[in-house]
Amino acid sequence: MSLDIWMRENPLTYVWLGSYAVAFLVFAVEIAMVMHKRKITLQQVRQTIEVEESE
Amino acid sequence: MAINWFKYSAPTMFYPLAGKLIPWFAVSSAILFAAGLYLGFVVAPADATQGEFYRIIYIHVPTSMLSMFLYLVMAGYAALGLIFNTRLSAMMASAIAPTGALFAFIALWTGALWGKPMWGTWWVWDARLTSELILLFLYLGFISLHASIDDPRRADRAAALLAIVGSVNVPIIYFSVKWWNTLHQGSTIKFSGTSMQVTMQHAMFTMLAACWLYAVAVVLSRVRSIILERERHTKWIAELSEVKS
Repeated sequence: MSLDIWMRENPLTYVWLGSYAVAFLVFAVEIAMVMHKRKITLQQVRQTIEVEESE
Repeated sequence: MAINWFKYSAPTMFYPLAGKLIPWFAVSSAILFAAGLYLGFVVAPADATQGEFYRIIYIHVPTSMLSMFLYLVMAGYAALGLIFNTRLSAMMASAIAPTGALFAFIALWTGALWGKPMWGTWWVWDARLTSELILLFLYLGFISLHASIDDPRRADRAAALLAIVGSVNVPIIYFSVKWWNTLHQGSTIKFSGTSMQVTMQHAMFTMLAACWLYAVAVVLSRVRSIILERERHTKWIAELSEVKS
């Protein structure tokens, strides 16, 4: 009930925090995951190549 | 000069091209997000009936549209991989799925936040909402199925079948507001045009373009990692400057 009153008194804050902040946080997490995946994959590829060359 | 586009279906050619394109898409996306938010929150007026709450559309509608569109693109790539056994198609399908799932999640989340002040409830088992939730589950099913099979080529084929069968859900989402009596409003933007106020249209299409470019940038980045992972035993990967350094 209190949330109902708060959202009607602060509609822009509700829209910003509830929708846009969450959406951009999701985008930021996705970008971080993609960058981390690339870093890890490059490390794995280098290791694979080292092992193959040593054999 | 004619460009042979088919040559970019080879991971060896696509990998460097994607690397060159990513910064352009990423920067354009950031600029358009800033412009879209300015247009949506500063230029566009408040809605006559929904007040400020309607401004959720600038993120809700683009993410909903892209969640559906990306699914079709993913299913298209999966089908290409299944039919022609092309390596890059299956990799692209795998790269699209997480982004599509996140767009579906944001669409459902922002829809719930819009629903509360407008309908008085976060969620109803309405045809549009339920079919969008099924879309999220289809994305998660695709990702889970792919991850559960060790052999990547077998995983590609199994997940491709799921993607192709699941694509029937996309027209159901789109037409659900016409086929059934739903609490969700009908389409404001149609192929025939829109009744939306001009500045609102500008804000929404700018945000749609921003989300589009963001999706392309992230998918290209992800597919580059997938290519590296799957082609790591090949000579061309060993010769890449980022691998040598």
